[in-house]
Amino acid sequence: MRKRQPKTYTRLTRPLVRDSRDEPLRQASWEEALDRAARGLARHRDAFGVFSCARATNETNYVAQKFARVVMGTNNVDSCNRTCHAPSVAGLSAVFGSGGGTSSYEEIEHTDVIVMWGSNARFAHPIFFQHVLKGIRGGARMYAVDPRRTSTAQWAESWLGLNVGTDIPMAHAIGREIIRAGLADEAFVERATTGFEEYRELVEPWTLSLAEKVTGVPARAIQELAHAYARAERAQLSWTLGITEHHNGTDNVRALINLALLTGHIGRYGSGLQPLRGQNNVQGGGDMGAIPNRLPGFQDLLDADVRLKFESAWDTVIRPHYGLNLTEMFEAMEDGGLRAVYCIGENPAQSEADSEQAVRRLRALDFLVVQDIFLTRTAELAHVVLPATAGWAETEGTTTNSERRVQRVRRALTPPGEAREDIDIICELAARLGHDWKYADAEAVWNELRSVSPDHYGMTYARLEEHQGIQWPCPGTDRLEPAYLHGRLWEPDPQRRGMPAPFGLVRHDPPVDLTDEEYPIRLTTGRRLDSYNTGVQSGGFASPLRRGEYVELCPEDAERYGVVVGEAVRVSSRRGSVVAPVWIDTALRPGLAFMTMHFPDEVDTNQLTIEANCPIAGTAEFKASAIRIEKLPAVTYVR
Amino acid sequence: MDLHFGDSLPTDEERAAVDALLGPPDSSWEGADRSDADLRWARGGRRARDRRDLLLPGLHAINDRIGWISEGALGHLCRRLTVPPAEAYGVATFYAMFSVRPRPATVLHLCTDLACAAAGASELCAGVAARLGPDSGVQVERGPCLGLCERAPAALAVRAGDPVRTAVAAPATVEEAVRAADAPDSAPEEPPVATAVPQAGREGLVLLGRVGVVDPASLDDYRAHGGYTALRRAFALGPAGVIREVTDSGLVGRGGAAFPTGRKWQATASQPDHPHHLVCNADESEPGTFKDRVLMEGDPYALVEAMTIAGYATGAHQGHLYLRGEYPRALRRLEHAIAQARARGFLGDDVLGRGYAFDIEIRRGAGAYICGEETALFNSIEGYRGEPRSKPPFPVEKGLFGKPTVENNVETLVNVLPILTMGAPAYAAIGTEGSTGPKLYCVSGSVARPGVYELPFGATLGELLRLAGVRDGLRAVLLGGAAGGFVRPDELDIPLTFEGTREAGTTLGSGVVMAFDDSVPLPRLLLRIAEFFREESCGQCVPCRVGTVRQEEALRRITERTGAAAAGDIALLREIGRAMRDASICGLGQTAWNAVESAIDRLGAYT
Amino acid sequence: MTVTPLGIPRRLLEFTIDGEPARVPEGSTVLDACRAAGKDIPTLCQGDTLRPKNACRVCVVEVEGARTLVPACSRRAEPGMVVRTGTERARHSRKIVLELLASSVDLSTTPRAAEWIKEYGAKPDRFGPGAARLNEEPKVDNDLYVRDYGKCILCYKCVDACGDQWQNTFAISVVGRGFDARIAVEQDAPLTDSACVYCGNCVEVCPTGALSPRTEFDMRAAGTWDASRQTETSTVCAYCGVGCTLTLHVQDNEIVKVTSPHDNPVTHGNLCIKGRFGYQHVQNRG
Repeated sequence: MRKRQPKTYTRLTRPLVRDSRDEPLRQASWEEALDRAARGLARHRDAFGVFSCARATNETNYVAQKFARVVMGTNNVDSCNRTCHAPSVAGLSAVFGSGGGTSSYEEIEHTDVIVMWGSNARFAHPIFFQHVLKGIRGGARMYAVDPRRTSTAQWAESWLGLNVGTDIPMAHAIGREIIRAGLADEAFVERATTGFEEYRELVEPWTLSLAEKVTGVPARAIQELAHAYARAERAQLSWTLGITEHHNGTDNVRALINLALLTGHIGRYGSGLQPLRGQNNVQGGGDMGAIPNRLPGFQDLLDADVRLKFESAWDTVIRPHYGLNLTEMFEAMEDGGLRAVYCIGENPAQSEADSEQAVRRLRALDFLVVQDIFLTRTAELAHVVLPATAGWAETEGTTTNSERRVQRVRRALTPPGEAREDIDIICELAARLGHDWKYADAEAVWNELRSVSPDHYGMTYARLEEHQGIQWPCPGTDRLEPAYLHGRLWEPDPQRRGMPAPFGLVRHDPPVDLTDEEYPIRLTTGRRLDSYNTGVQSGGFASPLRRGEYVELCPEDAERYGVVVGEAVRVSSRRGSVVAPVWIDTALRPGLAFMTMHFPDEVDTNQLTIEANCPIAGTAEFKASAIRIEKLPAVTYVR
Repeated sequence: MDLHFGDSLPTDEERAAVDALLGPPDSSWEGADRSDADLRWARGGRRARDRRDLLLPGLHAINDRIGWISEGALGHLCRRLTVPPAEAYGVATFYAMFSVRPRPATVLHLCTDLACAAAGASELCAGVAARLGPDSGVQVERGPCLGLCERAPAALAVRAGDPVRTAVAAPATVEEAVRAADAPDSAPEEPPVATAVPQAGREGLVLLGRVGVVDPASLDDYRAHGGYTALRRAFALGPAGVIREVTDSGLVGRGGAAFPTGRKWQATASQPDHPHHLVCNADESEPGTFKDRVLMEGDPYALVEAMTIAGYATGAHQGHLYLRGEYPRALRRLEHAIAQARARGFLGDDVLGRGYAFDIEIRRGAGAYICGEETALFNSIEGYRGEPRSKPPFPVEKGLFGKPTVENNVETLVNVLPILTMGAPAYAAIGTEGSTGPKLYCVSGSVARPGVYELPFGATLGELLRLAGVRDGLRAVLLGGAAGGFVRPDELDIPLTFEGTREAGTTLGSGVVMAFDDSVPLPRLLLRIAEFFREESCGQCVPCRVGTVRQEEALRRITERTGAAAAGDIALLREIGRAMRDASICGLGQTAWNAVESAIDRLGAYT
Repeated sequence: MTVTPLGIPRRLLEFTIDGEPARVPEGSTVLDACRAAGKDIPTLCQGDTLRPKNACRVCVVEVEGARTLVPACSRRAEPGMVVRTGTERARHSRKIVLELLASSVDLSTTPRAAEWIKEYGAKPDRFGPGAARLNEEPKVDNDLYVRDYGKCILCYKCVDACGDQWQNTFAISVVGRGFDARIAVEQDAPLTDSACVYCGNCVEVCPTGALSPRTEFDMRAAGTWDASRQTETSTVCAYCGVGCTLTLHVQDNEIVKVTSPHDNPVTHGNLCIKGRFGYQHVQNRG
């Protein structure tokens, strides 16, 4: 087994600038770097976008989006939530008007049935899974829907190993079975939802036997899950990137939400929907308005009253149309619509699907400012690199987790060298571009946000400290709201019940990258326990579990290709090709392979993935590529 | 559960041993070959995790077949039962009868405890060791009491295979012990159980009346000698009536704690939580005790009937019989008796056609004195390390599998039969006011006729010893076993009742009466007792885990010392002993100093 | 509609501690009540996030009517109970327990052990130079944490944290019996061949320093560990979206250890490998 460390990065301690496109980055003073950055951005006011950071604080995200909207006059601001959970936000907000997970971790300890769908939380969200385990130990039954029999799935009463990209057929068959068995919560459906009749017609063709054919899962297993979920007094449905990282991720999310609507498993203690966020502040980034269609507090940008409130608060004019999301910004680089980018703490050169294309596009930009703690692959492409502080250990502020809990992050370390806090840097740039913002500290930013976001108004820093974080909504400074959302749907009074929740009329659409004779293997991707995303952070510590990147095959496929553990093979998709050693995992089945993005400097998995994006949320189909495996002519082993 | 397995695979033999117990695996996730269906749907969860209690039988299955438990075998068992390998390893290493290191298929256990030590165990061990060297294919293990004290010194040979073979040699010469190990199949048959009951066949025996009289294999013979009249009477009385009879009889537990049986049954029967469990504690491990073995070997159906009655009275439908691992003959006879009773409708869904369902499952211990502690026994059955639980909650409320449980030892249960057949008043008329009924005593050591004796409560120690033919030169009598206490030869008028022994500052314990003459030096006996407790401490609580070590160390220091030279260590022993008694979790630690203390205070040891 | 359950209202019950009346909610332990009453009862195996194991027996108190002493950490208070915490009998057992432990285990990194040994007049040396000790060599088989079982008092907390109470990984168990019992992974293998996922939740609950982060172990060995120069700052983990609170222990501007508050609603003191050990990247300062 390999015990080697991936590439380790050292902290940036000085600003870097590039005198011309062909010259290398050189150290510069802050004055010089900031001046250059400001000049560069000023030149591209009309073709500009901000990549904000799902790992930075709420306060940074707030200031970053304000920079985009007020200083640069654009709504082109987005973050890497696009690569993971934008479909969850899009799906949930379309149904309930709010993009957060509806339940709290604690509730899953007190529920009766837990469905983990496309989520290996045991590895990707270990501490959330401890709450699941509490529930299981307390008597809850867990069902796992996942192509692989993951560590999570091994805890399940029943694991359903569906074909990649057949989540909608599975969900629709479950919905149909619930209706057919008379297990739908008719009172709830009647009172709190719309579109049920259309939904019933939509799912009618999805018989259990058809679903078995399409998903590969026995009809009896689907039926059992349908009945368990519908008959439970309380049930939690939880998903992760197995649902969202598809070309129709938002549709997938809607198909799952339909099941909650059908059974009334929403808006009650212990019953709800829980998408698990991949990064520490994906939730907060969106909440803070660092997305192209929402202003801080997840308030719709197209709402004139909302705009007016912000315009007077910020003394500016906000463009009354949605900006470009991350995916669209990348596309706009292609046609010249976007010429300059201010990238705060993101590494799209390695995190985007079809990474070769992403690098080419970034390289073609007229001006790229990257603000980061490391010289990432993206930073290497920049014209100006600004050394920042680590959000979680070197700055004050807040982040918002998957249960909507806003928590304080604090400065424990003195930043290295000349690194400066994100907010300082953004404000310095704003000042150079004519906006002299005065924030004494992060709390001042937060208080400004509180003044414009009713959902956050009640969360003073003092209260956040007192309660070890508070979940939104928190409109009042003197009370706490229930920890679950959408209890309103159960109100007898239609006025208080508010907008009913619409069923999503979504159709099955198989993965774009079809398998065929040439590319017979379905490659899906995910995370390992001890590593994280592109490995820039997690590569820094010596994990005894780490063995580097492998292409994982089932024993049958390994035998068929005549390859053994550690043997290097060529893995090719229609877009690219990498060489990776083989690992054998019994959790896989013939025709299904698995890789991660954790070691892009070793094996750039995203050269294989397809940039087929969800048209609603813009998330790419990381979960389904077609590949082939070739034995190398000269057998080599990686050890 | 997401279990982690190493690369070691089970051999075909190991796999077969496990699968013979559990049946073939359901899916590849539990050890079968991979199939397409497995890769689409896997069942697991609660049902898979609920088979933990099969861990101990599984370990036995492997150990019986192979002789030791390899990593691959343990992994296969864990996969079958959804048990984490680390936990299973912790369980396997808890029991003295299991080995997780390779060893020969044949193990010869030689008892070195008190009765055998007094009967020349050390010479036997030395002789056997000289004959059975490292290459002999026999592993010789010196160990605690084998419950064959009436035939000391004792040896037990176990040869792994299919089926496992056992042979007992007792009293054993070197030659006989070696023969038992070399050829367990052709070793001479054990003497009939009646030889352990010098009173066998005498009129008026209440508990031992059938031992040596009935054919222990024959249900019909049992019935011909009054069997199953008590159960019939129980059905007539109804559960509450049975409990009333037992309460009125004054029966108290015979395992040592003397808790009123009727109260225990009532407390269990009235628990709202269900199911209720009945556990028969047949893990008779107190050195010097062998009465339960004699009852089970000589009159097995009596225990089956008594358990059925206890289950009926307390609302239990499952009886668990936890039997000492070192009792092969009792195991065979009980297995046979239970099968016969089941076949004839005395156990099963509809006992005697009265609509009451009851069955009995035997669980074998694996060499751990501590598992005789009632809650440690629950943990052992459940597939955990046999460590005692803290009380409260008491077993009547949360016992086996966390459910209301009544646990009685063999002798206690067997007393229920005469209570029902003769009626509570007649039963209570036996013995004394404070200790009713007949009592069994395990007499061994320096007596002419060692064995199990039945006397009504109230007989004196001297009467019992005379009955057994005590030899001259009596130096001391150990009452109650290693956890009991010594008395002097001038104290033989102590009445053998709970109140009488208490008044005399000693204990009846489990009914051990071991006589010692001058041939064995007292400090050696005390050191052996200390060694026993140190070896049998489960290790859970500090006072016992470390205290028993410090006690042994101190006793070793003063083996050859007396008077002032021993005074410092005796003071230290008192301090340790007091903390062990006050602060240990369970009876093992609490009583580990009893015998030593009594030897110092009563016998004047080290003076 | 279902409302957020507030839990079943708990009744108060009354009993006596050292002659003073005490009122505690039903379900409280004697230890809870004693601490509420300001009594300083020593504990070693008691953990605020774990079910009481009452293995060490250093917290024993006297309860009227009980044959033996009673472990305060696990015994629930009952109405009318009469508890005495400082009797000669209770203090004797505590002293002996401390002597038995200190004579067999290295308690040098156990918080308050030295103080209690003094307070109770314990003399661990009196068992003589031949007294058996654990004498285990530290197991340094990975870069994240060290198992120094010469310091292990067998409190079971690591086993409980790794097992069904929190982590459910079951990488470790108590192995063997009596004085030879040890904490080990299956087959006594190195950690790297075990089920361990390096969450370090065992380290979090270890009361003696038998388990310690590699950084702490190395710094102690080098003599550079200085808790008095360390700051503790709570922040939120930057890996994944669960939002675990980390307490960063910083000495000389270097993170030397990461823990999590035991009363935190997200973590209850638990973290995963990334949160507890994955901090090095911020201090790769070139």
